[in-house]
Amino acid sequence: MKPTLKYLLPLAVFMALAGFLAVGLHLNPRELPSPLIDKPAPAFSLPKLGEASGKFSSEDMKGKIWLLNVWASWCSACREEHPVLVELAKSGQVELYGLDYKDTDADGLAWLKEGGNPYRAIAVDADGRVGIDYGVYGVPETYLIDKAGIIRYKQIGPVTREVWNEKLLPLIKGLR
Amino acid sequence: MIPELGHLALILALLLALVQGVFPFIGAARGVPMWMQLGLSVARGQFVFVSIAFCSLSYAFYANDFSVLYVAEHSNSALPLQYRLAALWGGHEGSMLLWASILALWTVGVTLFSRHLPAEFRARIIGTMGLISIGFLLFILLASDPFERLIPAAMDGRDLNPLLQDPGMVFHPPVLYMGYVGFSVAFAFAIAALLGGQLDRTWARWTRPWTTVAWVFLTVGIAFGSKWAYYELGWGGWWFWDAVENASFMPWLVGTALIHSLAVTEKRDAFKLWTVLLAIFAFSLSLLGTFLVRSGVLTSVHAFATDPRRGLFILVFLGLVIGGALTLFALRAPRVGLGGKFDLQSRESMLLANNVILVAAAGSVMLGTLYPLFLDALGMGKISVGPPYFDTVFVPIMTPALFLMGLAIFARWKKTDLPALALRLKWALGVSAATALLLPLVLGKWTPMIALGLLLALWIVATAAINLRERLRQQSFTSLSRAYLGMLLAHLGVAVFITGVTLVKGYEIERDLSMKPGDTTQIGGYVFRFEGVSDTAGPNYQAARGVVRISRDNKEIAILSPEKRLYTVQNMPMTEAAIDAGLLRDLYVSLGEPVGKDAWALRIYIKPFAHWIWAGCMLMALGGLLALSDRRYRRERAAAEATP
Repeated sequence: MKPTLKYLLPLAVFMALAGFLAVGLHLNPRELPSPLIDKPAPAFSLPKLGEASGKFSSEDMKGKIWLLNVWASWCSACREEHPVLVELAKSGQVELYGLDYKDTDADGLAWLKEGGNPYRAIAVDADGRVGIDYGVYGVPETYLIDKAGIIRYKQIGPVTREVWNEKLLPLIKGLR
Repeated sequence: MIPELGHLALILALLLALVQGVFPFIGAARGVPMWMQLGLSVARGQFVFVSIAFCSLSYAFYANDFSVLYVAEHSNSALPLQYRLAALWGGHEGSMLLWASILALWTVGVTLFSRHLPAEFRARIIGTMGLISIGFLLFILLASDPFERLIPAAMDGRDLNPLLQDPGMVFHPPVLYMGYVGFSVAFAFAIAALLGGQLDRTWARWTRPWTTVAWVFLTVGIAFGSKWAYYELGWGGWWFWDAVENASFMPWLVGTALIHSLAVTEKRDAFKLWTVLLAIFAFSLSLLGTFLVRSGVLTSVHAFATDPRRGLFILVFLGLVIGGALTLFALRAPRVGLGGKFDLQSRESMLLANNVILVAAAGSVMLGTLYPLFLDALGMGKISVGPPYFDTVFVPIMTPALFLMGLAIFARWKKTDLPALALRLKWALGVSAATALLLPLVLGKWTPMIALGLLLALWIVATAAINLRERLRQQSFTSLSRAYLGMLLAHLGVAVFITGVTLVKGYEIERDLSMKPGDTTQIGGYVFRFEGVSDTAGPNYQAARGVVRISRDNKEIAILSPEKRLYTVQNMPMTEAAIDAGLLRDLYVSLGEPVGKDAWALRIYIKPFAHWIWAGCMLMALGGLLALSDRRYRRERAAAEATP
């Protein structure tokens, strides 16, 4: 190494590091690929929220393109997401179903009363068993499931308008 | 009105920073005293305006002004006053304002205590700090405005993250930032010296006190953060090798290396390039830390709101500051001489080894922190690097440095006789080795790590004691320099810290139990009796408070009240552990979830010597302060005040 080049070494190391950081900016460390994508959605049958005798069964959903939104009254990010879901439900572009995750019925119902109910039906997953089957590791999460019952997409974190317009809506159009 | 005033003050501060970042450099290059002087007044003016902005935001928090978006997002009318004020740095925008304010504070400090410096050198320092300030003020105004209005105003705020509603969090961020930002002074001194081509012993002498002050703040700040994690997160850990923690630890390691390297440069005119590079690195790592925390490229338990645009801005800024500094280094370094010669067996070579080790340690922390990012960027998958990596890598790297700590204080400059030294220290080594081997047997469990930890701690204490005794044979205690005593105290702090870490890791007892009211359990000689849980309420939370009576030999020694709180605004549960802290052990109880009808999950930990970890950090910081009060600095200041 020439003596003058030697002094450029710290700069070169830093440039390499800065390159990695620049690439890193465009990656999302929270976005973990779900092993369930393009696999059949785990089957479940759970009580319905607000209907003591009703059962919500994933079998009944065959032949529909639907969104399963995992939420809870104790989750603060869900509060952020909720108005978007209400708006989506009103637009009628997709059938939205809920999974009330590790929550009490009273709290869940109070939440819906406060913010409005965008869901066609809600399954109660009080002990979180179904959540485990679906690989839920944070609330909210949203699964897009097609007519054959295959999971097509998993949104981790709140569904925002951007997520809806850029990810979910094009996918749904493609499935139709 | 007040928030707009704050915003305007920030704009004016930016304009002054622009003047501060340009004119002193031109003045220094052309020899125009007026322009060099201008930098000083402008820097003070900038401080005034940044302070106005800071106070405006504080006032908005104080007055519960929820028409300010940042206040609405991070505060609540039920939040107690001290947390409302601390909420200022509870989010991104306020943290950046705190950064800029502290930078302005350090700059004013430099204008006040730099009268003894040559005018050109002083002007370039002020100019460099002005350039850094431009970057941060621009960033705040363009991408992180804390004064943005929320129209219509919120009825009430979303509350401060309950994790941050803690006395420790009132002090931890400002103290930590004082350390982070304080390294900008050493950085500015390095840039000024490179620009002026006067990289010499006087430069090192002038840089030293500033570096030590910043290092003391950083040490205390990190210790605060660690203590907070210990009692607030409820699982008794004190360090998690989390990305945000690492971001503060890397500058500390390099800063520690810098302090030692500066000593060599001042005394022996050696290591000049290495020292200047360390000064650049220490501040670069502070900036990198800011980038990592603020850009969201890494995940962390310190969940901050993240925004890629902000990340891009900081990255460009990082590139300009660090890239610029390293380019300047590459241009100027070939002209700097090598300085005083030294033998392979000498204090210089030992300090160099210690330096290399500290930098290698910082490098390994950086590798572990950024490794997931590297792999992800190369498309090689997602992984996370956890404590096992850091524990395995860190201990072997630091062990030789800690051994050298004991040796180096005896070594002479230029040339020392190692065999003779070994003979002088044979007792220190023998006693510490024997104790380290036997003591764990007495304590009941022997593992190699416990023995190694004790050996290193005892070795540092024993060598320090012998060194002090040898000195006292030649001179009286009062004639010992405070710089020397400060060094011994800081090294003793390291020994105390290692003792704490070793014994906590080696002998802690952890029990997760389910207890009903009236149940007792015996752990490590202590009897814990669970009395039950009652409901209570705080200003902005409801809590279940448990009562645990602890006795030993039928004598009651403590009643602990761990709480499980539910912060009502964010609906967020929090654990408040209760700790009976002692010199030799901490009894730590935290309340889990209710199990079944009236039983509760309880976590009971016995943590021997836990407080020694933070006591060690405090001793290190005290050592730094003692060294700062050394006579030569007081003399310099007196001389500076005599010549206006």
